[in-house]
Amino acid sequence: MNLPATDIRTAPAEKAPKRQRHIAEEFRGKFYVYFCVLLMIVIIFSIVYFIASRGLAPFIANGVSVKEMLFGLKWNPEGDPAAFGALPFLFGSFATSLLAAVIAAPLGFCASVFMTEIMPKFGKTLLQPAIELLAGIPSVVYGFVGLSVIVPFLRDTFPGQGIGILAGALVLSVMILPTITTIATDALRSLPSGLKEGSYALGATRWQTISRIILPTTLPSLLTGVVLGIARAFGEALAVQMVIGNAPHIPHSLFESATTLTSIITLEMGNTTSGSLHNNALWSLALILLLMTFVFVFVVRVLERRVKR
Amino acid sequence: MSKHAFYTKDLSVYYGEKQAVKKISMEFPAREVVALIGPSGCGKSTFLRSLNRMNDLIPGARIEGEVWIEGRNICDPGTDVVSLRQRIGMVWQRPNPFHKSIYENVAFGPRYHGIRGKKALDEIVEECLRKTALWDEVKDRLHQSALALSGGQQQRLCIARSLAVRPSILLMDEPASALDPVSTSKIEELIAELKKEYSIVIVTHNMQQAARISDKTAFFFLGDLIEYDDTQKMFTNPSKKSTDDYISGRFG
Repeated sequence: MNLPATDIRTAPAEKAPKRQRHIAEEFRGKFYVYFCVLLMIVIIFSIVYFIASRGLAPFIANGVSVKEMLFGLKWNPEGDPAAFGALPFLFGSFATSLLAAVIAAPLGFCASVFMTEIMPKFGKTLLQPAIELLAGIPSVVYGFVGLSVIVPFLRDTFPGQGIGILAGALVLSVMILPTITTIATDALRSLPSGLKEGSYALGATRWQTISRIILPTTLPSLLTGVVLGIARAFGEALAVQMVIGNAPHIPHSLFESATTLTSIITLEMGNTTSGSLHNNALWSLALILLLMTFVFVFVVRVLERRVKR
Repeated sequence: MSKHAFYTKDLSVYYGEKQAVKKISMEFPAREVVALIGPSGCGKSTFLRSLNRMNDLIPGARIEGEVWIEGRNICDPGTDVVSLRQRIGMVWQRPNPFHKSIYENVAFGPRYHGIRGKKALDEIVEECLRKTALWDEVKDRLHQSALALSGGQQQRLCIARSLAVRPSILLMDEPASALDPVSTSKIEELIAELKKEYSIVIVTHNMQQAARISDKTAFFFLGDLIEYDDTQKMFTNPSKKSTDDYISGRFG
C-alpha cells in the first residue's frame, strides 16, 4: 500500500535496493513498537513482583497471619508483641471512597444529562471544560482547601473536630467528579438517537425519556465511571490524609478521626528502615491496594462486556 | 371535511436559513395510505417529521404554516406535544427497539400515559402484537430482550409499540428500506392490514413499493410538492413531466 507507483515501473535492476530499504524501514518500525511494548510489560511485572515479594515477606518469613492483617483491629508493628491489624485502614479506605462515590455519582450523572440532553451548547463550551479543569488540580490543593474550608465547616456544624471520614469523602467526591462525569457524558453522547426519538414519538416527556430510556440503557457505562472513580479515590493518599485525622482505629461516627491504607503508608514509611518487619508490613498494605486495583479493573471489564451486548 | 384525516396548509420548514419544505398544502384521506416519494433531500422526511412536531428536537428547525389534525392546528405554540404524539405513531428506517424486553417495549407507551394495571397492559400488548402479526412468533418469549429479534421482527415490534398508545395516524419513514425482501413483504402486508384502522403516511425510495401499497402518491422535489394524485394515475399517466421522469427512473 505504501509502495510508490514508480516502483512498479522501474527496471528490475533498480528494484532490489529500494525493496531492501522498505524492508529495513519496516523492521525499524516494528522493532521500535515491540521494544516499547516489551519494556512496558517488564516494568509492570517488576513492580508487581517487587511489591509482592516485599508484601508477602511478613506472612512467609515472620509468621504474621493473613487473618490478623485483614481483620485485626490493632496496628503496632514496632510493639512487643507486634500487632498487624489493618482492618481500621481497610475500613477507612472503603468508607471514604464509597461515600465519595455516593456523593459524586448523582452529581456527575446530572451534570452529564445536562450537558448532553438539556443544554448541549452551554455544556460543551462552559461546563465540560470547568469539570475537566477539576481533574487537573493537584491533590495537595484539594487537601488544603478541604482543611481550610470543609473541616472548619464540619466542625462548626456537627459534633467533633471536623476531621474524619466525611471530610475525606467530601474532598474525594470533588476529585472523582470529573472521572464520573466524563465517562457518563461519553456514554450519553454515543447513545443512538433513534432510541430518544422513539421515546419522544410515543408522547414521552423529556424527563420520562431521560429516566426510563437514556439512563437505564447507558447504566453499565455509568457504573464503569463510578467504579473508576472509586478506584481513584481508593488510591488517593495526600488529600485524604490532610483531612481525615490519621487515627488508627475504626471511628464511631463520620466526624471522628480515622485513617486509610494510603495515608498509613505515606505517614510511616519514612520512619522505617528498608527490609525491617515494619517496612515490609507497609508493603503488605501496598499489596492490598494493588489487589484492590485488580478487582476494580476486573469489575470495569465485566461492565464493559455488558455494554457491548 | 370529515373524510380527511388531516391536512396541511402552506407548511414550510426551515433549517436555519435553508427552506427544506416550501409551502406545502396537502390533504390526507382517512384510512388510506399516502406515499411520499422523491429523490434524497427533497424534503419528504422533513415534511413527515413536522406532522408530529418531531422537528422540534432538531436545533434550528422552524415551522411555518398550519397542520390541522382533528380540528386543531398543531403548529400552534400552545399545542400539547405529548398528547399530539400519542395520536400520531411514528416508525423509522432503522428499527429502534428499546433495550428492554419485548413486552416492555410495547407496554412502554401506555405506561407513560398512565395505564398501570397488569391486566390492562397484558391486553394491550397482546392486541398490538397480534395486529402486527408478531404474537405467534414471540408469545413464548415476551420477557426476553427485544434486541434478540431479527431486523424485520424488530421493525414490526416498533410498529406494535407505536400502536400501543392508540394513535389514529401512522407516519412511516422508509420502514422497510433496511430490511430483507421477506421482511419487507411482511411489512407491506401489515400496512395493507393496518389501513383499515389507521391513516398512514409512508416515505419510500422504492417505486414498486409505493405503487403496491399506497392509495395516493405525492412527488416531492427540492422542497416543493410537484404532484399529488391517486397512485394509479401517478404511475400510469402523471400530469407533470418531472414526475414521469422520476418514476420511470430517468433521474433521482
